[in-house]
Amino acid sequence: MHLVLFLIFAGFCLAGAVNLLLQTHPINSALSLIVVMSSLAVLYLLLGAEFLAIAQIIVYAGAVMVLFTFVVMLLNVGEEEHTHGSYAAKIIGFPAIFTVFAVVTTVVLEAQRRLGGVKLSDGITTTQELSKVLFRDMLLPFELTSVLVLIAILGAVALARKEGHS
Amino acid sequence: MNSHLHLWLIPVLPFVGFLINGMLGRRLPKAVVSAVALGFPLASFLVVVRAAFIFLSLKPQPIPWLITYAPWINAGPLHVDFSLALDQLSLVMLLIITGVGFLIHIYSVGYMAHEDGYWRYFSYLNLFLFFMTVLVLAENYLLMFVGWEGVGLASYLLIGFYFDKRSAADAGRKAFVVNRIGDFGFLLGMFLLLSQFGSLSFFQIGSGLAANPTLQGGILTAISLCLLVGACGKSAQIPLYIWLPDAMEGPTPVSALIHAATMVTAGVYMIARTHTIFDRSPFTLAVVAIIGAATAFFAATVALVQTDIKRVLAYSTISQLGYMFLGCGVAAYSAAIFHLMTHAFFKALLFLAAGSVIHGLGGEQDLRKMGGLRKHLPVTFWTMTAGVVAIAGIWPLAGFFSKDAILYEAFQHGALGKSLYFVGLVTALLTSFYMFRLWYLTFMGESRAADHSHHPHESPWSMLTPLVILAALSVCGGWIGIERFGSFLAPVVGPVLDPANLPGGKSLDLGLSVVAVAIALIGWYIARLFYGAKNDRPAKLAASVPGVYTLLSHKYWIDELYTNTIVKPLTLASRYILGWIGEGLLVRGSAWLLAGIATLLGELVRRWQSGNLRSYSGWLAAGAAALLLFTVVGVVLGIGGVDIRMVWAGH
Amino acid sequence: MDLHTVPTSWYLILSALLFSLGVIGFLIKRSLITVFMSIELMLNAVNLSFVTFAHEWHAVKGQIFVFFVMMVAAAEAAVGLAIIIAIFRARATLNVDQIDLMKL
Repeated sequence: MHLVLFLIFAGFCLAGAVNLLLQTHPINSALSLIVVMSSLAVLYLLLGAEFLAIAQIIVYAGAVMVLFTFVVMLLNVGEEEHTHGSYAAKIIGFPAIFTVFAVVTTVVLEAQRRLGGVKLSDGITTTQELSKVLFRDMLLPFELTSVLVLIAILGAVALARKEGHS
Repeated sequence: MNSHLHLWLIPVLPFVGFLINGMLGRRLPKAVVSAVALGFPLASFLVVVRAAFIFLSLKPQPIPWLITYAPWINAGPLHVDFSLALDQLSLVMLLIITGVGFLIHIYSVGYMAHEDGYWRYFSYLNLFLFFMTVLVLAENYLLMFVGWEGVGLASYLLIGFYFDKRSAADAGRKAFVVNRIGDFGFLLGMFLLLSQFGSLSFFQIGSGLAANPTLQGGILTAISLCLLVGACGKSAQIPLYIWLPDAMEGPTPVSALIHAATMVTAGVYMIARTHTIFDRSPFTLAVVAIIGAATAFFAATVALVQTDIKRVLAYSTISQLGYMFLGCGVAAYSAAIFHLMTHAFFKALLFLAAGSVIHGLGGEQDLRKMGGLRKHLPVTFWTMTAGVVAIAGIWPLAGFFSKDAILYEAFQHGALGKSLYFVGLVTALLTSFYMFRLWYLTFMGESRAADHSHHPHESPWSMLTPLVILAALSVCGGWIGIERFGSFLAPVVGPVLDPANLPGGKSLDLGLSVVAVAIALIGWYIARLFYGAKNDRPAKLAASVPGVYTLLSHKYWIDELYTNTIVKPLTLASRYILGWIGEGLLVRGSAWLLAGIATLLGELVRRWQSGNLRSYSGWLAAGAAALLLFTVVGVVLGIGGVDIRMVWAGH
Repeated sequence: MDLHTVPTSWYLILSALLFSLGVIGFLIKRSLITVFMSIELMLNAVNLSFVTFAHEWHAVKGQIFVFFVMMVAAAEAAVGLAIIIAIFRARATLNVDQIDLMKL
């Protein structure tokens, strides 16, 4: 059961990611990314992180991606134009990322027997446990993060407004 | 005991004069400059005279007085000190240098009275005195070399005194460069001396030689030949004499002091000093004698046809120096020094009198435009006559005694000596001829001056007094005789030959003297034939042997030969090597290379900063991959990486 | 095949795969917005990895970290999109190859 669910939603993830790459219009890419986010939320749930799954839906799929979609709409971005590529990106970047993937995969596969498995019956990390750690041990980073969000709001407003307005 | 001689004063006093005149002379009034310029050499001369009295009163004094003032070089096995030594030889030289030098200083006050740079002239002259006295007083070769180079420097400065005249500047440079070639030989000789004896001190070398009586030839020949090169450069012998005729561009008193009486005799002095080494190398002695005789003859032939009064005297100087070298070459060192002394008297006299003539004629130096000056310049005439008779070697004036001594010793020196004697005899004939030619052309007959309205006037007494004194010395300077002179110098240069002990005895000596005087008188007679009264014999003789005449009047084209074979290739090679390869290739090339590398690297690196986002991201990915590889693979291969087992362990 | 167990390594490989796809998108996409989306994809891949390890070692801190990553990513998205808007106003294009001057 777990396996089936995993395969389905992992498939959705990958399909969405590949579709993001293949689409030419940014809005299509954004929608594919929403699919990826949602599938990831399910995967989080399978891994026992209930709060994170919901947070993923609310924050990422619900807020960030909507923001992306609004910007695409606002700027009226059209389909991507064909311009010359970059040699560095293709000749150096592709082997590099392939190397990274290969190394990580090798390490992971090599460590496979030491790692366990994931079962549905593994239990869920409750929100209560999470908040205990968050508001006790991690209180300071939490507060700082809220300050960071505040600054981001101010920065975004300052950057994005039209010239000439006070 | 020795320190109360105050030997150090002898060089230092003229040096102080140089400093005062050199640094302040431009602003001082002429009287002060003259007072300084005359006062210090006079003081030096008086110190010499006092030292001479003390020295002579303490006879017999076989050990020369040696005073070490301070250590100079102490580098490993090399020890050289500032040491001055006074012995009979240096005493004679010092008397000549300071005495005749002082007289020439007096003369210069009158001669250079109207020159700009009056102060500069006297400061250089005092500088010269300083270096020359250092040269003569030095107790080791290195200090002597300081004086040696220094007189070369002073000579350069004084020859090029009229530095805005191109020919004078060139002549100064030529003198310095040719001297330098000689100095190179001197340096090689010093290096060889060091390697052989481990010291440059005369006394240590002398004792080193005495301790090793079987050491002959070989290294000693090498040393003496190298030193001979130096002497040839300084004393204007073949092949390094070419600078001396050109040196006549300097003021006439300079020619008198430096290029007649003192600097050019430094080579002879050095050979006499080093005679212990030369004696042990018969080969070098033969070379010295041959060079001396050849130069004497060669220069005399060129002097026959010169038309500039100073040039005649310059070649005459070269010729007489050849006599001194001949004397050294036959190991008659005291005879050579004797001739050095008498030559200083009459050659300085001749130069100064020529200067007086030139001064009286307002700058004319061409013999063909002189004549009939006897009545206009009486004092000059009589003093110059004394000089001419002295140099011709006519008894009883000074030149006879010294020249005769050399010729006698040459004759007694084996087969080579006898042949060189004949060369010397012919040269004496030529000497007498050209000197009387000069005498007739200058003073006798009718004036051939181009501008008859300019009346020649006699020189002031500041110029005439030294002439008179030198004339007196030229007359009686030789009366001391070679026997007394030689025995005075014997502790330093070895004994003089006694005619009584040699084959032929005293009668041979007398006979040769008579022959010498007769030759001189014949020369006079021939000169009188050609130049006594106005005739065309000289022109006819010149026309009959045009080739010889051209050869002589162009000085055997030696200057042109040197220029084309040595100077021009050297200049070309150095221009090529230094200019193209050195400066062009190495200097500019390496600068270009450095700049080129920087530019090239810059071009390469600049392409990186394209501003293109994708290119940056590609490189970012590459960097990340590299880091990852380093971390993971490094552990596997054992060459780097992070110990990630720790990561697995704790969680 | 145990239908009820998925090996942890599969999650990790999925995460690596998503990350690589994100990087590839970053390299080949020509619109600035799409590039930004690829960055979000990368972040999410890393989040998955974190959650996987949090589950593996029963460390809540892993999930806390994901929480923080999400917060920062949200802030970053806001600011980044504001910048993109500013760039679009200045350049009238969002093509990465044409935005290569170091100043607007």
